[in-house]
Amino acid sequence: MDFFGSDFVIEQTFTVLNKMGLHARPAAMLVRILQKFESHVRIRKDDQEVDAKSIMGILTLTAEFGSKLTVLADGADEHQVIESLTDFFNTQVHEE
Amino acid sequence: MNTELDPKVFKGISASPGIAIGRAFVLEDMDLAVGRWQVPPEAVKAEVSRFRQAVADTRKEMLTTQQKILKLLGKTHARLIEAYILILEDPLIAKDVVKNISQNRVNAEYALSEAIAGAVKALESATDEYFRERRHDVLDVGRKILLHLLGHEPQSLDDLKEPSVIVARNLTPSDTIHMQTKFAEGFATDIGGRTSHTAILANSMGIPAVVGLHDISRHVRPGDMLIVDGHTGTVVINPSPDLVDNYRRERDIRLAEKRDLEGLRDQPAQSTDGRRLTLAANIDSPTEMKGVLSNGAEGVGLLRTEFLYLNRAALPTEEDHLQFYTRVAQSVLPYPVIIRTVDIGGDKLVDLGFAHLSKSEPNPFLGLRGIRLSLKHHELFRTQLRAILRASAVGKVKVMFPMVSGLEEFRAGRKILAECMEELRRENKPFDEKMEVGLMIEVPSAALVVDHLAQEADFMSVGTNDLIQYTLAVDRVNDEVAHLYEPLHPAILRLLSQTVKAAHAAGKWVGMCGEMASDLDVTPILLGLEFDELSVSAGLVPKVKKMIRDLSFTDCQALAQEVLKDPTRDNVQRLLRQFQKR
Repeated sequence: MDFFGSDFVIEQTFTVLNKMGLHARPAAMLVRILQKFESHVRIRKDDQEVDAKSIMGILTLTAEFGSKLTVLADGADEHQVIESLTDFFNTQVHEE
Repeated sequence: MNTELDPKVFKGISASPGIAIGRAFVLEDMDLAVGRWQVPPEAVKAEVSRFRQAVADTRKEMLTTQQKILKLLGKTHARLIEAYILILEDPLIAKDVVKNISQNRVNAEYALSEAIAGAVKALESATDEYFRERRHDVLDVGRKILLHLLGHEPQSLDDLKEPSVIVARNLTPSDTIHMQTKFAEGFATDIGGRTSHTAILANSMGIPAVVGLHDISRHVRPGDMLIVDGHTGTVVINPSPDLVDNYRRERDIRLAEKRDLEGLRDQPAQSTDGRRLTLAANIDSPTEMKGVLSNGAEGVGLLRTEFLYLNRAALPTEEDHLQFYTRVAQSVLPYPVIIRTVDIGGDKLVDLGFAHLSKSEPNPFLGLRGIRLSLKHHELFRTQLRAILRASAVGKVKVMFPMVSGLEEFRAGRKILAECMEELRRENKPFDEKMEVGLMIEVPSAALVVDHLAQEADFMSVGTNDLIQYTLAVDRVNDEVAHLYEPLHPAILRLLSQTVKAAHAAGKWVGMCGEMASDLDVTPILLGLEFDELSVSAGLVPKVKKMIRDLSFTDCQALAQEVLKDPTRDNVQRLLRQFQKR
């Protein structure tokens, strides 16, 4: 996916607090949340970067408990994307 | 033509005795290895829409399944299919496959298989077991789309049109449910054990089966000549004519033995010194019904009802249940049938075709199954109980609850049963007011408080598979620990003895309907422990009966006392061997 106007990409790093990692159910929730937005969103873990709207992509990150994930959002609603993801990552500990 | 080929010999686990000689029917395991071809530029658009159509059809199918699960098992479970739908909508499929088709002008099947293979490869390298296992979900979705692309159903056992030996990677109830049993001469499968569905089905049909053959399904081609030797667990592909002759002779000898056993059909299961047992049959599905009386079983000791929930678009109605129960109850008269309320959960959920469901619970064997599921989903339970009660008006029907762990659950089940009785009285629908209500002893806690349970239950039946695996904490399908799955473990023998004693002290009868009941080596112990009833696959009834008829109850009682004192399973095995050699 191309990132147009990369100077407008916003970035934020989150930590996976779910004990079982970002497994199927939370990963599915994450994709569902992002599907509502127009922005291109990518997630980076270490040197791997995937399309955040792709469940297979997210699963291949194998984001275990404690992993640091950097979200890169680019598009008209990029700020809402980061807001929603902040909510998501802050409440994830309750989702087993 | 096949006789010119080198014979190949495979060793597996013998799952059902007998010798089958015949042509192979190979049930294909779908794989994603598909051909690649170039699409002409003018056809690219059509190829893309063909792909989109297949995805849309797959999605429709998944939504139907989701509705089915929602009705059957509730919201939590249904949510899990969401993950499948998300994979389907994944940009890697929805966008990248389309891009691959348009840019490289390749066929949709190939573009799809590349995308799937890429994701699978990435997941395979994960160090975490959980993430590595997710590749099966991705593959599943890939297969489903591929089937729609190819526009055909996978080959199934419904296509079996002539007598054949069935070769498959694995057989599940959903594979065999519509199979014309008269065409199945034997089974040979890559995976499975002595207690797998294949083994149980083959035994009840009285046909040979060898399982655990690793990769035989890849070596056999449709129409190959096969020998399946269920006695030794051997399968020969393309045997020499001499070998076929040898096996034919052996088969004839065995068939003669079988005819001798058939002579016992109308004889009682009684020891040489007059101890009489009830010998009944276990039934998994309607196809096995005809074997009950023809093998000389005195009724049905375990009617499993899970199959009623398989391969259908909606939940079974009260009438669906009633029709089946009535048919069984009437066909075994004057003998009784014991209907076990549904035990879906654990491995059976996977058999239901909803493989992902089991993943909802980190430990499904300790999760929502058996009476627990019934008590949680009252509607499901009531429908079944009402039908069982109504069937009791036309035959000798008893009911039992699976997976009871203590008195509270048994009481809760009975309370709902009493409510159903009250409803039926109001509706003027007849039923047997004195219908016996029992339970399975398969959870160790139930075996430990069996004296309390025996006060309230009319009867008890020991389900050995679960009792053993829960007591010994051994998953019998896990190769690493399967050797610890030991029916003769002193702890198991103690629980069995305790169960029989408690039942008899309360004046109740007690049976066994697990695999252990059909193990001829163990029959002397079960007789000696004073079980009142044994229920085994219909095909095994004559053998168990012959065994009982050759035994002295007094000797068996002495043997039982001796093994109960023994501290190790090795000693128990030795005592048993000595006993057999007498």
